[in-house]
Amino acid sequence: MLVLEKNQLSEDIEELIEKFGADRSALLPILQTVQTKYKCISGFAQQEIARLMNIHPVEVHSVVTFYSFLHEKPQGRNIVRLCRTISCDMAGKTDVESSLKRELGINFGETTPDNRVTLERTNCLGMCDQGPAMLVNEKVFTHLTPESAVKILSELK
Amino acid sequence: MKITQSAKKRPGPVLFSEYTRGEGIKQALNKSREDILFDLRTSGLKGRGGAGFPLATKWMITAAAVADKKYLVCNADEGEPGTFKDRVLLTEYPELVFDGMVIGGYITGAQTGIVYLRGEYEYMLEFLEDYLMKMREDNLLGKNITGKKGFNFDISIRLGSGAYVCGEETALIESLEGHRGEPRNRPPYPVNTGYMGYPTSVNNVETLSAVPHIVLKGGNWFKHFGTDKSTGSKLFSVSGDCDRPGVYELPWGTSIRQLLKIVDAKNTKAVQVGGASGVCIPKSQFDRILAYEDAATGGSVIVFNESRNMLKVLKNFMEFFVEESCGQCTPCRIGNTKLLEGVEKIEKNEFTFAYLNTLKELGRTMQLASKCGLGQSSPNSFISILESFKDEIFFAGRKGGSDGKA
Repeated sequence: MLVLEKNQLSEDIEELIEKFGADRSALLPILQTVQTKYKCISGFAQQEIARLMNIHPVEVHSVVTFYSFLHEKPQGRNIVRLCRTISCDMAGKTDVESSLKRELGINFGETTPDNRVTLERTNCLGMCDQGPAMLVNEKVFTHLTPESAVKILSELK
Repeated sequence: MKITQSAKKRPGPVLFSEYTRGEGIKQALNKSREDILFDLRTSGLKGRGGAGFPLATKWMITAAAVADKKYLVCNADEGEPGTFKDRVLLTEYPELVFDGMVIGGYITGAQTGIVYLRGEYEYMLEFLEDYLMKMREDNLLGKNITGKKGFNFDISIRLGSGAYVCGEETALIESLEGHRGEPRNRPPYPVNTGYMGYPTSVNNVETLSAVPHIVLKGGNWFKHFGTDKSTGSKLFSVSGDCDRPGVYELPWGTSIRQLLKIVDAKNTKAVQVGGASGVCIPKSQFDRILAYEDAATGGSVIVFNESRNMLKVLKNFMEFFVEESCGQCTPCRIGNTKLLEGVEKIEKNEFTFAYLNTLKELGRTMQLASKCGLGQSSPNSFISILESFKDEIFFAGRKGGSDGKA
């Protein structure tokens, strides 16, 4: 990370603390915002958050590693999460799964080399009556077919 | 995505019956707290998340607690596989959820309401924030609500970050406080020592949604639906092998057979009631009823037809628990891994029945020794599926995928 980028990150965190407060209960909203903007919560970001909130860095690390939507390693610009739960599975998840993998040339848990898409599996999205379903960033897509899933991918920047 | 509240079209006796925003609040503020609590007690309304704790008792304890601050938390972390009733309530009937929270604030003395919305539902956030804004403009939230002097209550929304265990009330509170979502030892219960150490009532979205109706129409009206021990109605989220999946409001006591008929399910082999942590009910028991005293459920009903391989279904559930166990207590962390290993060994035909019996014993130990509901209920499907489908799993042809393919 360049020094300039580090300064930018520290400034952002300071702003977030001003917005959400320096209380421990503000930790999760702050982490979520950093994750959305920077696509990861790097070791440096964790230390800065810990320093500015006056908590131990290990505490921040323990929270980051607990939640499946928070990541230490950089994620792609878009995160695609396919529901793996039984109802979506029965509705044809497997076909969608292989079409996503084939189209992107990566496995689940990986990011495309151009950093465009990270592919993940997730548990129940609450769309069981309209499966198979996936989340693309925070948007939800339902009634997927191998064809429609690939079309959604192609529209991601 | 833009969510707009559509015209009401869902049929249902209680929750989906007619209701205008704010009506319940106005009626409640004209009554005394004791009168409303009395109505709630008469209604017999129990927690709809699955545990079934009587709402009147929870609110009475919270109200009786002496503290300078109290909280009311709406648990919208619906993560049980096959459950999507909260999605429907929050996007189509937000007036019920939020009015229920305001009434809860009035009864318990809480001034702050927090909605813990699961991270997967972030797409609703804007719509819900706008809705709260409108309530503030109309004085249904904020200071001196509807002119009632001294009654202040406001609601904020907090997002989860993809952890199933945070649906457990003490894990949810840990998460709100900025910690890992690991359940606490109980007691002390949140009603005494909850968010930030203050008395906190954590209620399911559906429980809160019933409150405005009870305030308007009375506890006896509510009690008249359902069975003696399970009063009122329930939202069932039906998915899987049926022609009409979706959310249905039915009185408690509806039999599984009746439900299957309503959703047009054919060639049904089994029904998973209560999601991954519930039990699997085979065809021979379809006359059992959906109720706290029989087949209890937080709402999830997953239908399997004859083509499904129950072992694959079980594997899907066990993978879910291995992933979502918070890892804090040993029975759940190690136990679920061992049960999944067992399923994989059955798949490869590398098992002995003695070994499986040991695993079932382990499952029973987990039910007793796990710290929270996750580990206490995760062996349910392991034990019930291996028991009910032993012919199919161990002896008959082992073919077909959970997706109906080989």
